[in-house]
Amino acid sequence: MTILLAICQKEFKDGLRNRWIVAISLIFALLAIGLAYFGSAAAGRVGFSSLPTTIISLASLAVFIIPLIALMLSYDSLVGEDENGTLLLLLSYPLSRWQLVLGKMLGHGLILALSTLLGFGAAALVMGLFSDTTGWAALIPAFALFILSAILLGWIFIAFAYVISAVVTEKSRAAGLSLFLWFLFVLVFDLGLLGLLVGTKGKVDAQLFPYLLLLNPTDIFRLVNISYFAQDQLSGLMAIAQHVRLGTGALLITLTGWLLLPILLSLWLFNRREL
Amino acid sequence: MNIVELERVEKRYREVHALRGVDLYLRQGEVLGLFGHNGAGKTTAIKLMLGVIQASAGEVRVFGRRPDTANARGLRRQIGFLPENVSFYDQLTGQEVLGYFARLKGVSRHHSLRILEQVGLGHAGQRRIKTYSKGMRQRLGLAQALLGEPKLLLLDEPTVGLDPIATRDFYQHLALLKQQGCTVILCSHVLPGVEKYIDRAMILGQGEALAEGSLEQLRQQAALPMTLTLQGAPVSLPAPWVDYAQAGGDGLRLRIPIGQKMACLRQLTHLPGVTDIDMQLPSLEDLYSHFIQHAASDRRHLMEEC
Repeated sequence: MTILLAICQKEFKDGLRNRWIVAISLIFALLAIGLAYFGSAAAGRVGFSSLPTTIISLASLAVFIIPLIALMLSYDSLVGEDENGTLLLLLSYPLSRWQLVLGKMLGHGLILALSTLLGFGAAALVMGLFSDTTGWAALIPAFALFILSAILLGWIFIAFAYVISAVVTEKSRAAGLSLFLWFLFVLVFDLGLLGLLVGTKGKVDAQLFPYLLLLNPTDIFRLVNISYFAQDQLSGLMAIAQHVRLGTGALLITLTGWLLLPILLSLWLFNRREL
Repeated sequence: MNIVELERVEKRYREVHALRGVDLYLRQGEVLGLFGHNGAGKTTAIKLMLGVIQASAGEVRVFGRRPDTANARGLRRQIGFLPENVSFYDQLTGQEVLGYFARLKGVSRHHSLRILEQVGLGHAGQRRIKTYSKGMRQRLGLAQALLGEPKLLLLDEPTVGLDPIATRDFYQHLALLKQQGCTVILCSHVLPGVEKYIDRAMILGQGEALAEGSLEQLRQQAALPMTLTLQGAPVSLPAPWVDYAQAGGDGLRLRIPIGQKMACLRQLTHLPGVTDIDMQLPSLEDLYSHFIQHAASDRRHLMEEC
C-alpha cells in the first residue's frame, strides 16, 4: 500500500509541475462556459442556453476532447520510463510490476479526475450564478452525472493508453497508436454503424442494433448524458439509442466494465514485457 | 558464502545470444570489475542478478536464492543498482527524487537526505533535476544506489560524467564500503584508474567470459611482456637482453617476459652508465585488448576452417 501511494503521489506531483492539471482544468472550464453562453449564437441569441441543450452539446464535444487529453496524458507512462532508464531501475526495487502500473495509473487518474471536477465544476458554478433560467436544483444533479461519466470516460482512455504503453518499445510509436485508437473510437466506429444502417437500408434488428453502441465507451458516455434528458429531440446515431432499455445506472456499470478491461489487459501485457 | 553465483548461464533474446555459458562466483566483500565492449553481455548479466529477466539456461543465485521469484523481492532491499543510462524526472527536485526512491525501498527520509549530502548534492537538493549537470545526475544515480546500506552494489559505468576529483571520491567511498563488507560489481569499458580498486576482473566478449581472475592471474594467462626503460649514457647490453631491445623515444626500452624480470634486473643494475630503470607491468588496458583480440583471431580461425 505504501508503495502504491508513493508511486501515485510522485505521478500526481509530476502532473502539477508539468501544469497538466491547470491546463486541463482551464480547457474544460472554457469549453463548458463557452458552450453554455454562446451555444445558441447560431440561432441569433447570446446568453445561457437551457440546461439540456448545454449538457447535450457539452457531451458531444467532450467525447472528442476527453479521450484525446487522457491519451496525451498517459501514452508514454511506461514506455517513457523505459526510454529514460528509470523503468529498469524501478523494477530493481522491492516492488512488483502490477504495483508500478497501478500506482502510476492511480496518479494519472487523480490528475484527470481533479481537472475534470475543477473545470466542469467551475462551469456549473458560473451557470448557476448567472443564468436566469436554470436553478440549482436542476443544475447540480445534471452536472454531477456529467462530471462522473466524464471522469469514467477519461479513466477508460488512460487505461487504453497504458495498454499501448505496456507493449510498444518507442514513445513515438505509442503516440501514433494512441492517435489511431482515438480515431477509431471517436470517429470510425460511429461512421461504421451509420454505414451499416444505410447499407442495409435499415433492415437490421431494431432490438439488437442499439446495443452495438455499448461496444464503444464514447457512445455509452453520450448515452448516459442524453438519456438523462430523454424527452428532448435527438438526432443522428443517438436517436437510435432511445430503443436501448438501459437505465443510467446500467450504463455507468457498463462504463466501469470498459474501465476494468484495459486495466487488466495492461497489467497482463506489462507483466510479459521484456526488459 | 557466495553472494553472487552464476552457473553456466545462458540468455537468448529473439535474435541475440546475449550470454553463452558464463560462470561467476563472488564472495562477500569482493570487488569485481566486469569489462567488455558494448553488447558484450555486461548489462544482461546485471539484469539477471537483479532478477528482472530470467536466464534461458543455467542457475543464477544472489544471497543464495533465485532473484527472479516473487518471494526474493525482499532481497532487493539489500541491493543497490546504478543503471548505465538513466535520466531522472526533470520536473522534480533532487530531494524529491531521492525521497521517492527511499520510500520505495522502505528507507527513512532522514537517511536519504544524509546520502544526498554524502554524494555532494546537499546544496542542490532543492533544485529541479533539469538544472543539474551530467556529473550531478550521475551522483544522484549513485545516491539512490547507496540507499539503505546495500550489501551488494551493481554499478554500470559509475564514473561516466564525473570529473577526476569526483571520480577519486567515488573510488574512496567504494573502498570504505568494501571495508564494511559490501560486495561490488563494477561494469565499465573505461579502464584507466580502475585497477587499483578491484580484486578481480572478468572480461566479456560476445556473451562469453574470455578471462577471469585477479590482475596477477590475468597477467600470467596472457603472458604479455613487461617493459623496462633504461636511462643513462648509451649502454651496450649483454647477450640475451640485446634481442629484446627497442629504440624508444626516451631511453632504451626492453620488452621482456615477466618471468625473467629478476634475472634481467640483476644484470642491468650492474651495467656501467645506467642511471635509472623504470618498470612497467602490462596494465589492465593491455590485458583487455589482448584477450579481446585473442578471441577475435580465434573466431577468425574457426571461420576459415569452416
